[in-house]
Amino acid sequence: MQIWQKMLIVAALATITVVAGTLVYLNYFARRRLIISTTTSLYDTGLLDELEKNYEATHDIDVSIISAGTGIAIQHAKNGDADVILVHSPSVEKTFLEGGYGVNRKIFAYNFFTIVGPADDPAELEGKSAKDALKSIVTYGEGLPDQSGQTKIWVSRGDNSGTHAKEQSLWKAAGYNYTLISDEPWYASVGSGMGNTLNVAEQKSAYTLSDIGTYLKFSKDGAISLKALLTEEKSLLNVYSAMAVNQTVPANQTLHERINYVEAMDFIKYLVSNETQQFIENYGKATYAQSLFYGAVQPLKDDSPQPLVSWIKDSAFFDGSECPEQYRSGYPELYP
Amino acid sequence: MVDILDGIIKALQLILSGDPMLYGIVYRSLVFSGVAVVLATLWGTPLAMLLGLREFRGKTIVKAFFNSLIGIPTVVLGLLLYLIFSKGGPLGFLGLVYTPAAIILGEAVLVTPILISIATTAIEAVDPEIMNLSKTLGASESQASVAVLKEALNGVLLSNIASFNRAIAELGVALLVGGNIAGLTDVLTTAISRYTARGGEDLNLAIALGLLLIVIVFAINVIVIAARKVKIWLTLGRSPQ
Repeated sequence: MQIWQKMLIVAALATITVVAGTLVYLNYFARRRLIISTTTSLYDTGLLDELEKNYEATHDIDVSIISAGTGIAIQHAKNGDADVILVHSPSVEKTFLEGGYGVNRKIFAYNFFTIVGPADDPAELEGKSAKDALKSIVTYGEGLPDQSGQTKIWVSRGDNSGTHAKEQSLWKAAGYNYTLISDEPWYASVGSGMGNTLNVAEQKSAYTLSDIGTYLKFSKDGAISLKALLTEEKSLLNVYSAMAVNQTVPANQTLHERINYVEAMDFIKYLVSNETQQFIENYGKATYAQSLFYGAVQPLKDDSPQPLVSWIKDSAFFDGSECPEQYRSGYPELYP
Repeated sequence: MVDILDGIIKALQLILSGDPMLYGIVYRSLVFSGVAVVLATLWGTPLAMLLGLREFRGKTIVKAFFNSLIGIPTVVLGLLLYLIFSKGGPLGFLGLVYTPAAIILGEAVLVTPILISIATTAIEAVDPEIMNLSKTLGASESQASVAVLKEALNGVLLSNIASFNRAIAELGVALLVGGNIAGLTDVLTTAISRYTARGGEDLNLAIALGLLLIVIVFAINVIVIAARKVKIWLTLGRSPQ
């Protein structure tokens, strides 16, 4: 046998050792893994880190968090690479449930989006409704002396995240064609997470749509001097929900065998428990003088306060339920 | 506003405080890149020997192929490997996605072209007489190849260092196939991107990790240059005047 053939055999053996070693370690020595694919706001604010710590303290499981936009989180789930997804884009969630990829949706938190912009507010958005604010942005953009595309006054996530979906629906509600708007010379699409987008808006003294949680964190830390300009209203509501990835899709049984369904449901039950809801509501309160997220379970149960609950139902319920019967699988206690 | 100097001072404090999370990330970076280079060396060296020592049809094309792969964008390779390792992908049954093994294999694939190209050049640069001489002295084909490899050791070592630098400094593969999971698959580059996105106090952590990354790359290069210098002196000292 030639020397290089021997060396190749050694190389193959070494590769197999690395792969097999990892598999043996993960399957027999490490704790079981629960993979959570999440929207960036829950992660970048640090909330999920805390929830992970609390959960791991009481459960014998290793929680692995992958932070990406809602779009990627959904893609991960479709590929079977996540066990639980935490997202905030009701229309995308509906398609996801209808495709049979996810089950047992639970709305667990909400907060509001806001448009943030430079403190001197050159487009005069302050105090306006979201609709009028976007109209002001367009007027201001069209009136700019520089139409070469160098000056950007609006920064978009541009990453198919829940925030990006919300932005598109707001433009539509204000009477604009989103495709045309995104081609305007003053419109910048950055294709990255909320934190990055806020940083870009800060550098360019531009406006952007942000969830209040990430904005408050960045603002408090002194990373940005942008100001939140809009107040809470129905169209700016931001509803977070959790879904377990479906293990038993008829079309690809084999693909989904490895999905950790039982423990995914345990985690969802943990998310909607009273203690966790309280924890979510208190998270960051001391530092930011207001909650970054609010628990949604109790308000939905009590049907109050109004009009908040009706807003949640209007924007994030499907056929009058947070999870219609046909998309549930066991766990009736979650849907009293 | 971000004060760079203030950030660097806080970053240095973090480094000196020996924060276990910080050093966990450094440790993973070193181990993943290290094992990746070992794997790539194991499968790259025999291929380099084939390319450097033998004549066959299409050799130029194979060499050009590896040369052009040196510059492959890491995110493209990362995406490709994600699709392969994903549970829905062809190697999904292994369950490797978002595990350290996925990063190690991915980085090994990433650096293989660099390793093969530099090592091949080094082997080709060895005087062909050495091969003939060893054979004349009764060495088998294999023993003669090993003799050539020994002569080319400096070049092979250089290819290892270049590969390690590429592996430890790349972001795309580690991010896409590793998932940047805190405490399991986050490495220096992916953690820097995470903490930069979080901003505020976490930015200091990103700066600290950035400084450590630069120090590691720098230190390894210095050590290698120093080792080669020492070797040259030793050789000069031994050789007759």
